[in-house]
Amino acid sequence: MSSVRAESRDPALAPADASVPPAAPVPVDASVPTAQKRLSLAWRALAAVEDPEIPALNIVDLGLIRFVRLQCDGTLDVGLSPTYVGCPATEVIRRSVERALSNAGVGAFALTQVLSPAWTSDWMTPDGRRKLESYGIAPPDRPAASMRDVLRNARPVGCPRCRSTDTECISEFGSTPCKALHRCRTCLEPFEYFKCI
Amino acid sequence: MTSPVRADTPALFRYVLRLGDLSLVLGQRLGEWVGHAPALEEELGLANVALDLVGQARLLLTYAGEVEGRGRGEDEIAFLREHGDYLNAILAEQPNGDFGQTIVRQVLVDAFQLELYRSMTTSTDERLAAIAAKSVKEVLYHLRYSSGWLVRLGDGTEESHARVQSALDTLWPYTVELFAEDELDRTMADRGVAPRLSDVHTAWLRHIDEILAEATLQRPEDRPYSWYGKRGQHSEHLGYILAEMQHLQRTYPGARW
Repeated sequence: MSSVRAESRDPALAPADASVPPAAPVPVDASVPTAQKRLSLAWRALAAVEDPEIPALNIVDLGLIRFVRLQCDGTLDVGLSPTYVGCPATEVIRRSVERALSNAGVGAFALTQVLSPAWTSDWMTPDGRRKLESYGIAPPDRPAASMRDVLRNARPVGCPRCRSTDTECISEFGSTPCKALHRCRTCLEPFEYFKCI
Repeated sequence: MTSPVRADTPALFRYVLRLGDLSLVLGQRLGEWVGHAPALEEELGLANVALDLVGQARLLLTYAGEVEGRGRGEDEIAFLREHGDYLNAILAEQPNGDFGQTIVRQVLVDAFQLELYRSMTTSTDERLAAIAAKSVKEVLYHLRYSSGWLVRLGDGTEESHARVQSALDTLWPYTVELFAEDELDRTMADRGVAPRLSDVHTAWLRHIDEILAEATLQRPEDRPYSWYGKRGQHSEHLGYILAEMQHLQRTYPGARW
């Protein structure tokens, strides 16, 4: 399932018939949006797709959209990365993206699953980090420089409520694959931390 | 009985099955803890690791189906193969035992997958390189969890120390198979698809020794072994795992979510 073709193809944007000489002028249909318009419609539609498990964030904030580009055949190719390979939200997100793009009238499109380079929490946008924190989830730390860092040295995570860094990890895993459970020793509130990966 | 895994089956197909089956079987094993773990946090932890492993297995088995070219998808490969067609190393199918034994098994496999996938990110097979790049990040987190627990248990009470040492003694012999290079491993390494297992072994041992030292545990000696899960010769445990895992698909063929 490296590439998922969307079923709703707009015939007006189908590849030109090979029998037509290349020099022949392509008839202009005024109802078809321009390439620039389609790209901006697509980005706007994608930014309206919420993460099903953290609705405060949209999938562009999360850095899941790797590219939106126009192919030679007129198809809009949208690259989508999973956060974690086993995350059940991945399927939901894919379907939401298909629906959002269809509703936005961007014309023919295809979704491509992009595994490499692998998604990292570092791709969350600054806006996304702010939204996450105000939602009560501590945003991810910057990626650790070395494996030793990851294995041994958990840098202190700031409490999203009182900003104290006197916090402890209760569990490396939380309610979704992307989060861990922490507790603040200052305000005593438990909170979730978006894992750095 | 369908037996697609013969000596003349394409090497790449068999190799990808080895990787995918290791993740699938271990993921299924870890799933058995749901509802039984010693604490809610650990249940979440083990279930999350299981989920990542099943996610890896989905990518790998989908790819295996494409390599095979007979139109089999991930579900058909996972749920409709027989015992002898599974090519996971048998460490993955060993029983959970107590929490300590599960943690020992996890450390041994996590460190193996970490080094295997890390080298495989530069594989000549682009699809495997991409899957490895994605998986290695998750596996690193698994090792952080499992090694953290092994240190706590090993360097904990007399009881916890004795239990994890005994689990290590029980499971250690099964690690030898992970690094026993056979013709298939050699072919894959020659083609640049997979790393040399001897290199993976060296790096693995470095992690293991470091973790065991901190956990105040003794590394057992390697012993010769007489099983070969990587070629489909399994312990009796796999049959029970498959019976549970495949029950639904075999009772209601083609059932979907």
